[in-house]
Amino acid sequence: MSLLSNLINGISLGSVYAIIALGYTMVYGIAKMLNFAHGDVIMVGAYICFFATQNFGLHPVVGALLAMVVCTALGVVIERLAYKPLRQAPSLAVLITAIGVSYFLQNSALLLWKSDPKVFPTFFSFPDKATGEMKTGISLFDGGLTITYVAIFTVLMCVIIMVGLTLFTGKTKMGKAMRACSEDKGAAQLMGIDVNFTISMTFAIGSALAAIAGVLLCSSYQTLMPTTGSLPGIKAFTAAVFGGIGSIPGAFLGGILLGVIEIFAKAFNTQISDAVVFAVLIVVLLVKPTGLLGKTIHEKV
Amino acid sequence: MSTVLKVDGINVYYGAIHAIKNVSFEVNEGEVVTLIGANGAGKSTILKTVAGLLSSRTGSIEFMGEKLGAIPAHKIVTKGLALVPEGRQIFLQMTVEENLEMGAFTRPKSEIEPGLADVYERFPRLKERRRQIAGTLSGGEQQMLAMGRALMSKPSLLMLDEPSMGLAPILVEQIFDIIQELNHHGTTILLVEQNAQMALSVAHRGYVLETGKIVTTGSGEQLLEDEAVKKAYLGG
Repeated sequence: MSLLSNLINGISLGSVYAIIALGYTMVYGIAKMLNFAHGDVIMVGAYICFFATQNFGLHPVVGALLAMVVCTALGVVIERLAYKPLRQAPSLAVLITAIGVSYFLQNSALLLWKSDPKVFPTFFSFPDKATGEMKTGISLFDGGLTITYVAIFTVLMCVIIMVGLTLFTGKTKMGKAMRACSEDKGAAQLMGIDVNFTISMTFAIGSALAAIAGVLLCSSYQTLMPTTGSLPGIKAFTAAVFGGIGSIPGAFLGGILLGVIEIFAKAFNTQISDAVVFAVLIVVLLVKPTGLLGKTIHEKV
Repeated sequence: MSTVLKVDGINVYYGAIHAIKNVSFEVNEGEVVTLIGANGAGKSTILKTVAGLLSSRTGSIEFMGEKLGAIPAHKIVTKGLALVPEGRQIFLQMTVEENLEMGAFTRPKSEIEPGLADVYERFPRLKERRRQIAGTLSGGEQQMLAMGRALMSKPSLLMLDEPSMGLAPILVEQIFDIIQELNHHGTTILLVEQNAQMALSVAHRGYVLETGKIVTTGSGEQLLEDEAVKKAYLGG
């Protein structure tokens, strides 16, 4: 039973990683940069939702939507101010800038919202039909196994986002333009695609996803601090590389697998779970440098 | 005959390198004009500058009577100017049809279907392969796709950069046949080629470039007979 319970928790945590990894992978695919500030956008999203619901008494759904709006704007502004001027710069300069933006966000949060951890509310509790008691999950096997509502919702959300993004990049004009930009920006411009606008759009989508991930993550783990987004961000990056960076199904698969591995490692020994997670990354990169679903491109000349 | 493209005294630099020196030329409606010259003479640089991917420090580029100036590359396409870039630069991970759809990015949705039908009629091979990933096409098919993709934007001027590059002689013939056919159907063409023989044989007029400067100009036949040109570019 604990096996099943770990598996469910793993998939749920993995779904959060997957949502974050999708943002990483899209930005990498199109802008060819690792946006290490992505994890901190998650934290901002969670804070926005926290204050919207706790201080202003807004409905959690409204809070989440507000977090998405704020993060979308934040992502676009970060790209415009910090990354766009470096479009022609060496990738190392962009990487260092991204790390700088990450610390900037963390420290701004520290200044604005202080370091004391906020207890994120439980949004996902519903009254039991029979007793009227508030419950946070479904009990199975006479209480032997509890699946929390937040876990179910997280997995569902992740699947919806992954399917939505696949359809978006495969079927819509904007989505195809994004793929064109990810392959060849010069050729994309010759088609009449506004590359700068497309990159902005990618940051907008990635950051909106980060906001969702932030709300879901804190709904499960309930502690919110300025550094909350940092480690999940790094792990989601690991997941994206694990699955094959630049690939949407890869980010999904990588995220889920990483979550499951982490939870099982935790069940085995709490101390070493993070070490196991990063060891997995190293092994995958040694065996298959492009990641599980990463493509090796054979170009014909 | 009206002037489609008028390039007047442009100077293009790569950092400190003066790549294009005071180059002027024009392309009239209905013409095939070619720029020939050795590797590194600046042919591709000129096309990239006209397309807006590079900018000239001085001089002007006028297209259909409008100065292109600082208009970004993605807006120049909407004016009716298309470039088939060197090395084709098709989207290798997208399907043939998606590549063509990208070509019509600036056109209204209603034009995509008829545009596709036109391109498939001209390049039946592309129709057979329309669901294939473009990276799986042969070199000749990729060149056809690159040309078809450019035609999807309904250009008034089609610029081709080294369309024969890397192709077997029989395919080179085929590509040049297509270029002539497109021209007969009313497309104005600016052609950059290292294969001077082929280029001059289809061109109405040509310009010879040497290290960033235009050194000779004349009709296709004239240049084919020109002793200096023969010696330098036609292996004779």
